[in-house]
Amino acid sequence: MRRIAVVGASAAGLSAAEALRRQGYDGAITLIGEEPEPPYDRPPLSKQVLAGEWERDRLALRTPADLAALDLDLRLGVAAKGLELGSRTVELGDGSEVPYDGLIIATGVRPRRLPGEGAHVLRTLDDALTLRERLSAGQRLVVVGAGFLGAEAAAVAWRLGAEVTVLEPAAVPLAHAVGAEGGRMLAQVHVDRGVDLRCGVTVTEVTEDGVRLAGGEEIEADEVLVAIGSLPNTEWLEGSGLTVGDGLVCDQYCEAAKNVYAAGDVARWYNPLFGTSMRIEHRTNAAEQGMAAARNLLAAEGARKPFAPVPYFWSDQYDMKIQAYGFLRGHDEVAVVEGDLAQRRFVAGYRTDDRVSGVLAVGMPPKAIRRWRQAIATGAAWRETVRTGVPAADV
Amino acid sequence: MKVELEADKCVASGQCVVAAMDVFDQDDEGIAILLTEEVGDDQVDDVREAVAVCPAAAIRLVQA
Repeated sequence: MRRIAVVGASAAGLSAAEALRRQGYDGAITLIGEEPEPPYDRPPLSKQVLAGEWERDRLALRTPADLAALDLDLRLGVAAKGLELGSRTVELGDGSEVPYDGLIIATGVRPRRLPGEGAHVLRTLDDALTLRERLSAGQRLVVVGAGFLGAEAAAVAWRLGAEVTVLEPAAVPLAHAVGAEGGRMLAQVHVDRGVDLRCGVTVTEVTEDGVRLAGGEEIEADEVLVAIGSLPNTEWLEGSGLTVGDGLVCDQYCEAAKNVYAAGDVARWYNPLFGTSMRIEHRTNAAEQGMAAARNLLAAEGARKPFAPVPYFWSDQYDMKIQAYGFLRGHDEVAVVEGDLAQRRFVAGYRTDDRVSGVLAVGMPPKAIRRWRQAIATGAAWRETVRTGVPAADV
Repeated sequence: MKVELEADKCVASGQCVVAAMDVFDQDDEGIAILLTEEVGDDQVDDVREAVAVCPAAAIRLVQA
């Protein structure tokens, strides 16, 4: 293998390129990114960048020297437009073609939008800087969607003195992600600070003066942020023969076709640890999956390893740090094993079938939940873990 | 090789400890602590892994 193309120059694509070099691959690497910026970090966009605490140069994932050392053919500001598996060619938006022997697809996701003009989304550095310019004390901000991104942005806007309204279609925010009790607790944190959180509300349209709800009611706002989830960037793969279905479908090795791998937000792969296919939009997963894809692409047929991570995410809202390990969706039961929901200081375990599948911690020393990672990785028995309040296995 | 940690970027994920527990620890707030700045050849791969999985890009490995 002498030519590897990595499509997508954010955390997953960069991680893949680095892993290729670490594995000793010394052939050509073409790293293709739609945005003009060198690889940068997205989690601070809804936190430090929106708050005006960090400038753009703090987001760079690597120094120029570190990037140069990777000896990449870096194509920034140009999107991939098509893939020809037969001739092994990626077609770019500027009309050029990139031939490859091996391919890693890390094209990420883009925000879902609502009908109507003028709303903000929060995915790119430009998005964050644009919204930041418009946020100030007394501004009325409507956030559509009370997921983690919307909640983080609402918390920052509140801190800046904006009048914040959050509109959420579900009866309980984040219930699908963390369970109803946890979702209610996380929602209450906003309400307590005077954020106007309205649940069970469907926004149909962005208007000149704000948003319109399904019942016809209009809510006025100076700025509107739409944070209602995202769509995998797979359109460019249409007609390629690869399987697309809420992400680029790949197997437990992150392989989508012979010598074609996927990583990061765009990848829907089979995680054998949980026995299900998943697509995960977490920062840590992007890095880990980029590495895994690179290793498997270079590995001999029998030497590939399934990608079986314990997912991890965190969220910062107000003075509260939220952390979770595992796969919390579709859980059968949640049990608070330490602390108290009402005090916003707790560790909650998640059961799927009869094993520990996840853990959520709020306001606890982060070290406290590290032990749970191993319990989830080894599929520790639920009953014993909850009875003792501490997973038997230690890191 | 030498490890550099930008503690004010750290988001307390603890991923570095999982990757290289001889090199990193966390304080009570979860912020990463360097147990050693100089790492030997036997630790370099683990630290590279920690650099790669750090969600805050707060760790660097540089030539001593």
